[in-house]
Formats: sequence, C-alpha cells, structure tokens
Amino acid sequence: MSEKVKFTIDGKEFEGTKGQFIVDAAAENGVYIPVLCHWKDVTPSGSCRICSVKVNGRFMTACTTPLEDGMEVESETEEIQDIRKAIVEMLFVEGNHFCPACEKSGDCDLQGLGYRYQMMVPRFPYAFERRELDAASPKIFLEKNRCIFCKRCIRMIKDEQGKSYFAFKYRGKDLEISMDKELAKNMSEELAQEAMDICPVGAILRKEVGFAKPIGTRKYDKMPIGSDVESSQK
Amino acid sequence: MAQKITIEPVTRVEGHGKVTIHLDSKMNVQQTRLHIVEFRGFERFVQGRPYWEAPVLVQRLCGICPVSHHLAAAKALDVIVGAGTGKGLTATGEKMRRLMHYGQMFQSHALHFFHLSSPDFLLGYDADPAIRNVVGVAQKFPELATQGVLMRKFGQEVINFTAGKKIHGTGAIPGGINKNLSIEERDFLLKGDDPMNVDKMIEWAGDAVNLFKDYYMQNREFVDNFAHFPSNHLSLVREDGALDFYHGVMRAVDSEGNRVLDDVDYQDYYKHIEEEVKNWSYMKFPYMKHLGKDKGWYRVGPLARLNCCDFIPTPKAQKEFEAFRAHTNGKPNNYCLHTHWARLIELLHSAEVIKELLEDPDLQKDDLVVKGKKGNEGVGLIEAPRGTLFHHYKINDDDQITMANLIVSTTNNNEPMNRSVNMVSKNMMTGKAVITEPMKNAVEVAIRAYDPCLSCATHALGKMPLDIKLYGPDDEELDHYKS
Ligand code: SF4
Ligand code: FES
Repeated sequence: MSEKVKFTIDGKEFEGTKGQFIVDAAAENGVYIPVLCHWKDVTPSGSCRICSVKVNGRFMTACTTPLEDGMEVESETEEIQDIRKAIVEMLFVEGNHFCPACEKSGDCDLQGLGYRYQMMVPRFPYAFERRELDAASPKIFLEKNRCIFCKRCIRMIKDEQGKSYFAFKYRGKDLEISMDKELAKNMSEELAQEAMDICPVGAILRKEVGFAKPIGTRKYDKMPIGSDVESSQK
Repeated sequence: MAQKITIEPVTRVEGHGKVTIHLDSKMNVQQTRLHIVEFRGFERFVQGRPYWEAPVLVQRLCGICPVSHHLAAAKALDVIVGAGTGKGLTATGEKMRRLMHYGQMFQSHALHFFHLSSPDFLLGYDADPAIRNVVGVAQKFPELATQGVLMRKFGQEVINFTAGKKIHGTGAIPGGINKNLSIEERDFLLKGDDPMNVDKMIEWAGDAVNLFKDYYMQNREFVDNFAHFPSNHLSLVREDGALDFYHGVMRAVDSEGNRVLDDVDYQDYYKHIEEEVKNWSYMKFPYMKHLGKDKGWYRVGPLARLNCCDFIPTPKAQKEFEAFRAHTNGKPNNYCLHTHWARLIELLHSAEVIKELLEDPDLQKDDLVVKGKKGNEGVGLIEAPRGTLFHHYKINDDDQITMANLIVSTTNNNEPMNRSVNMVSKNMMTGKAVITEPMKNAVEVAIRAYDPCLSCATHALGKMPLDIKLYGPDDEELDHYKS
C-alpha cells in the first residue's frame, strides 16, 4: 500500500507518497518543478537536468529521485533558478531555434521555460550546428535543428510490436534524431499527432497542419508554463 | 541542403537610398542612379523548409507590410494544396483574408500619409527639414496628427483580429484561414466607442482626400510638374475591372490608356514579366517581356492601380475616383505626386470595404479551410500598399520548398523611381557642381512618392537616410551629402 510521507520544498511542508518521483509529489502539492525529458507514462531518463533540485543538500534530478520521508528539497533558490536558466540557454545555443517562424511557438516547452526564466541573451556562444532536415516520411517533418535529445519520442512512439519509430544516430556532438524510414511509411495520423504533441520543442512536426491553431489559443498563450500546476497550490 | 546565412541587420530590409549623379564635361547631368540595397536572401532561406511555413517565415522580410507577404505566400500555397485561387476558398476563408488585407492597406496608407507625406503638404516642400516632419505636423495640426495615429491603430486592430497579432501574425494558412471573426471582435470595430469605429474611419479618410485636394488647388503647378513622366502601369484588377487589392487578373495599360497586358492569369506571370539584372544595383529591373526592356517597364502602386481599374466598387471612393479620372480626361494619370491623391482614395476605399466585410455574416462561419488535389507549384499575387507583389514557389514530393521567387513592390518600381530621381536631378542640378538644399529635398520627395519603405521614406524619425554623391566627367567626386 502507498505509504504517506512528509517532506519539504523550500522550507514548506508537504505530504506525498513514498517512492513517487519528487517532481510528481511536488506537482500534486501545487509546486511546479520544470521538466523537459520527463513524461508521466514512461520510465524517466533523467537526461535534460532541467528538473535539478537539491535534496538534503545534494543535487538530484527530481524526475528520477523517489520520495522518502523527511526529504528536504530546495527548488526555487537563486542558485537553482540560475542553473535552470543556464540549461535553457545551453539548449537554445546548441540547436538552431528560430521561434518567430516555428509552428510550435506558443506550444513549445523550451520557449515556455525561456520566458519563465527570463532568458534574454544566452551566456554561451551559439554552436550553429548544421543539421539536415528529414522530410521523407509522409506524415512527419523532422526538424533536427530543434531537437533537444529528450528521448521522449524514442521512449513513447512505438508500433504494436513495441518497435520505436524514432532513434538516435551518431554520437557526441554529431548526435541526431532520426526516423525509421520503413516504419514511418505506415504511421497513422493519430500517432503522428501524438509524436508532435509529446515533443517538447518543434522538432517533430505533423505535416501540413502548421499554424492551424490561431494565436491566443495555443498552450502557453494564456497560461504560462507551470502555471497550471501552481494554480492548484493548496 | 540547408545553408546557414548570417544576416546583417542593415541588409534585412530595403534600406538606404543611395544616389549617384554623373555630370559631363559641360556640367550637364548625364546619368543619375538610385541604388537600393535589397535583401533577396529569403529566396535561399526558405529552400528546404516545409511549405506551410512560408507565409509566416517570409513575412519577416518586411516590418511595414508583413501582411502582404503573409497573404501572397498563402495565396501561392492555396494553389499548391489544390484550393485554387480566389473563390476557391470558403467564403469565410476568403473574406477573413480580405479583411486582414484591407486592414493592412488602411493602416499602411494612413501611416504613409500622416507620418510621411503630410509634413510636405502641410508645412511645405521647402520648409526647414528640422520642422518638416511628423513632430512639426503634430505641433501645428495636433488634431490631424491624432487622427493619423488612431487610423493606424484601427487598421492594426483589424489585423490583430484576423491574424492573431498586430504584426507578424499567423492567420492565413494554405487553403484558408485559422480563425473567424467573433461577434465581440466585429462589434469592437463596427460599433466601438467614438472615434474607434469604422464609420469614423470612413469620415476621416474622406477628410484626408479633401485635404490633398485643397493642397493641390493651391499648388497645382508644382504638383503637376514634379517628376512627371509617361509610363506603363500594372496592377491586379477584379475580373470585372474593379479595383481589388486582394485578388484578380493582371492588367497593364500604357501612358495613353491602351491595354498592354490584357487581364491575364497571374499563374502565368513569368510568361509576361522578365527581370533584368544590372551590374550597378542589387535590385532587379522587371519589365513586360513582349514590350522589351526599354518599353516594357512599368509603375505599380496606388497611381498604377487607379490607372488600371475601370471603377471602384464602393460609393464614396468611386466618387473620388471619378474626379481623379476626370482630371486627366479619363487617360492614365502620369503625375508622380498624384500618387498621394490615389493613395488617399484607396485609404477611403479600404475603410468602406472593411465596413462591408464587418457587416457580412460569413465572417462568423466555421468553414475555414479547403484542400484539393495537391500540386508542386503555385503563384500568389497581391496588391500590397506599395504595389503588386509576386510570390512564386515550387515544392518537392516531400513538401519542401525547392524554389522561391519574390518580386516585391519596390523592385517593380525600380525603373520609375530611377527615372523620377533622374528627372529631378536634371532639372535641379545641371550646371552645378554642388548638391543644393532644394535638390536634396526634391530627391527625397521623388523617392517618397513611391513609398519604397520606412527606412527609405521615413520622415517620422526626422530625416530620410539619404546619401548623394556627385561625380564630374572624370569620375572625380565633386560633392557628397549624407544625412
Ligand atoms: S525529436 Fe523531440 S521528442 Fe524526440 S528527442 Fe528530439 S526533442 Fe525529444
Ligand atoms: S526532466 Fe528531469 S532530467 Fe529531464
């Protein structure tokens, strides 16, 4: 049975279920800890580090750390805020993100976090990596320039046999997201839409539907990222 | 393969007006050239991109009339997604786009008149440049300046409700539009508190036309003689010959009013229009193929539109149009400065069309997009505030843009602008080895009539960024003026 435990975030006391991830326990209590690679239904990969918190004084990723009784979590401290902002900046300079013409604008988690942490000019130099576009699949336009390597698509978008439509190619700084050409041929519209929705940026685009959502109705137009969690604060 | 292009800010827009004047040994003006730095990188930039991105991406070309690029691209893509042109869209799709476009026309023309050209009319072409600007107008004619600001604001609200944003919105998508007009939005524009409603806008636009006419009555000789030269005129007209900024067929008339391009389908524009590259300018020189380089160049913009169309389909503007036409006995009007008159008649027409559209229940319907059999190529033409704008795209079977060709209004006006500047300098420079103040003013006024774009035509910021160099017979620099 689920055992209730007590923990604190930034000095405030909360209650959660032992073993659930800190990020989820926080959300249940109305505290938003940002995530990019984390997705509720799949095993966490802990790869983006945006959810970094300090647990009993040590850095941990909130999406992979199970809750234990008496944990003291720091999240909104100046130090951690700046680390998160730095991660967002790094992701921006590492890819080629041109929000003004991106159809994910307003629905993009990375952009949402850029606003949340008030990123102005990144402190890191732009990498200007050159990445190919992959338009060969009939349903998906893969904009590799925008991939932040969260692996959500690889972990979630699979066929009935459990084969992933997406995979990483190459290594190190050449790492790239790619699509299985054969599988992609038979991808359904629904799955293509799902892939587009779970991608936290504008790397996976369902073909021919861009900009159909008017400005004002996009995910973060009225409710900035995290505000849904925060508005449920008890 | 995608290419990285670094864009320096100054090259992103059609920038500075640089003028070079060459004198011969008798100190006669031999040749004057207007060099405009035009950025054509967008045509490369969009290669490889998904086609549906074009209307949003390409509008970044311009911060002044982005809606025109947005819509011209969307119109080209309508053809690609099999929706066809014009009436191929749903009534709501077509009319929402029209509303967006006429809102854009209204705000752009209002901006041009009140901020850019009214200082010349109201304070005099020869007034001290220090006061001959929008601030000078605001001080002397505060009521008028306020009207200018509010008219622009009204136009921007129209854009906001149709494109989702006042600038660089997303409304038009291939095959239609992404939203309709809510009742609240409609009523805001139709019945807004005084003065922010369409009836007031129509009234003010009418006043602006009269303002020009009064000015003209008093300065007839100057206005008529300023850089007046015959030319061909080209624009879209509705199939029945009516003035139409959003859709139609291509028509051109010569300086006598003979049709030299007879209502052709713009999908075939490349059969009729050729662009010449000259080694001294980044900007191409378009001309009508069948007439050749020397005879085939043409003007676009307000003057050209009123010279091409047979009538204006709204009552108040039609009345003004009749007076405008009567002035030249029904023949095309080739007076450079009458462009301002034409622009104000269009301002009035835009306000009237906005009202008609707002009263149309089709705008509240939900049928927004149509698609048909997909193709690989499409052309979109639109009458932008400054004249005909051409967008042409080809895509591959993977939905990527493989080719884009844009002919922007200012490019269409390249030759006439050069002619105007040439005439002005011939009239005012001959025999002089220095650049005089009246000469500078005249060059500015000539360029501004074409409204090439804010960075060129701006009065608003005080000065027009102008750079004039005067050369003697041996190419030695005699004088240099830089604002
Ligand atoms: S394509 Fe999107 S979902 Fe897949 S790894 Fe890249 S950013 Fe994550
Ligand atoms: S969300 Fe926790 S590491 Fe990415």
